[in-house]
Amino acid sequence: MGALLEVKNLKVQFNTLEGVVQAVNGVSFIVEKGKTLGIVGESGCGKSVTVLSVMRLIAEPPGKISSGEVLFEGKDLLKIDKIHMQNIRGQEIAMVFQDPMTSLNPVLTIGKQISEAIIVHQHVSNEEAFKQTVNLLELVGIPQAEARYNDFPHQFSGGMRQRVMIAMGLSCNPSLLIADEPTTSLDVTIQAQIVELTKSLQSKFGMSVIWITHDLGVIAEIADRVIVMYAGYIVEEADVFSIFENPVHPYTLSLLKSLPRVDSRRYERLAIIPGSPPDCIHMPAGCPFMVRCGFAIERCGVENPLLEIVEDDHKAACWVDVKNGRAE
Amino acid sequence: MTDRQILVSVKRLKKYFPITRGILIQREVGSVKAVDDVSFDIYEGETLGLVGESGCGKTTCGRTLMQLYRPTGGEVWFDGVDLTKTKGQNLRQMRKKMQMIFQDPYASLNPRWTIARIVGESLRVHKIITGKKAQDDRIKQLLELVQLNPSQLNRYPHEFSGGQRQRIGVARALASNPDFIVCDEPISALDVSIQAQVVNLLEDLQDKVGLTYLFIAHDLSMVRHICDRVAVMYLGVIVESGQRDELYDHPLHPYTKALLSAVPIPDPRATRARHRIILEGDVPSPANPPKGCRFHPRCPIAGEECKVIVPEWREVASEHWVACHKV
Repeated sequence: MGALLEVKNLKVQFNTLEGVVQAVNGVSFIVEKGKTLGIVGESGCGKSVTVLSVMRLIAEPPGKISSGEVLFEGKDLLKIDKIHMQNIRGQEIAMVFQDPMTSLNPVLTIGKQISEAIIVHQHVSNEEAFKQTVNLLELVGIPQAEARYNDFPHQFSGGMRQRVMIAMGLSCNPSLLIADEPTTSLDVTIQAQIVELTKSLQSKFGMSVIWITHDLGVIAEIADRVIVMYAGYIVEEADVFSIFENPVHPYTLSLLKSLPRVDSRRYERLAIIPGSPPDCIHMPAGCPFMVRCGFAIERCGVENPLLEIVEDDHKAACWVDVKNGRAE
Repeated sequence: MTDRQILVSVKRLKKYFPITRGILIQREVGSVKAVDDVSFDIYEGETLGLVGESGCGKTTCGRTLMQLYRPTGGEVWFDGVDLTKTKGQNLRQMRKKMQMIFQDPYASLNPRWTIARIVGESLRVHKIITGKKAQDDRIKQLLELVQLNPSQLNRYPHEFSGGQRQRIGVARALASNPDFIVCDEPISALDVSIQAQVVNLLEDLQDKVGLTYLFIAHDLSMVRHICDRVAVMYLGVIVESGQRDELYDHPLHPYTKALLSAVPIPDPRATRARHRIILEGDVPSPANPPKGCRFHPRCPIAGEECKVIVPEWREVASEHWVACHKV
């Protein structure tokens, strides 16, 4: 399978009154055709900014994509003009946002909102757009789709609204769907519905998915490949099995240890990661995770490790060989 | 386990919120039955978990228990006193012994108050400690207890991170030396790496001070970790309760089963191998709950009797209670 999207050395910063926030610091990754890439990290680690930059949805100013390339099917999205980008958004790359309440327009019916995208991108008649919209609503599992075409967002529950968002995202048959914390505000039972729905739609249409979340459990379920982000850097990248079974970076390791499991009787004290993430305006020298890291050595305070291959297809950015307890 | 003392006893608690129509002349046209006939006991020194989806009434249940909402019916016994019949000074006296930690550490701290004033409020209100110096000493001691730097007592909430704010909330709850704390989703607004910090703190405090918790949450993995017993709520009623291992390893109610199977497991092999029960649809409106068993429209095994008869709340195994016709 070839690469659908390739991001190379992406750097994004925001100019604020307090100083320059280094939100994304040289991030590179590949999304393969038909596969799901999971991006995990805490709030403020730059995961949303990364995908918003891919979509060119960063407001400039205050934001600025200071370097990098975003190659989508070979084209650099950062270099093409606005009108061309407009066509790619929605048609080739679609996005589902976190909060379905604030990302739907409250004064337009959901039918109008979905068919708008279809009319804009596919230049079809109103009747045809209506038909397609109803089909989409049925596809994402909204009962009585035709009757609900004229309902407003507030008449839907949270899970149903997220389905509407997904229907909207799918309206033009995109080859890449970016889901930015799509289930964070939903209950677990509804989250399970949305995850299953996304998986079945993916196998039906063969699209690629970028799934952003802070929930490692959801990542374990949906992703093929996983990126762990911390303070604007990718600290570890591997396929989903290696990252959970054989984590290399101390941050990934402690995150996994701090999670209790619903299916286990082990009730020992949870491992904690002391402190909180660094301030992205005054980034510390060296490794950004150093102050919270239990494995830190002298070198960590001086030099920031680069993302390097540890084994096969597994990359990590750490000076210490955590597994064998020695510095590389 | 026979010598356990009951600290809080909730009996047939009900809380209905009226739905009104009209602006000047308000007529009551119905009611939202947020908590509808809920009974449970909380033993001294234990943590009882109350879980369920949003809108199932778990927060209302906690607040009604605390008398922050006055119940529509039922009794809440705490320390030999029925709180629902207590008011004024007497209730205020009781409030010293029961405190609450709120969900959103950004909204539950007054942004214009210093940490000292926030944490010390109950010291002043209940006149537990008088005198500025003595109060400050106690506040410093409380901040230390929750692992915050006591020298920061004159700072304001915005200077702290989410996890630190939640610690301030915990310190405030501890100020009046309570026996019982209602934790209303204390970690759901925090980042994963911070959640464990707060959970460990709550556990340490329980060991040190001998607290009893009602832990309201929707994160079932965390509830399993922290709670001794767990009660599952659905649409205003408790459908199942039991010791944590019994409930998590042998769930009986179809709702509990579905809920547990929907919880993601951070292990790609285990999570892909297991059988999932996907519930259809959403939680119905509590203003007009289904007749019979409230879960029957979404239940995969519902029969005819479930549509008509409300299932009885019965004990099926030792301390394992369930309300279902099919069990």
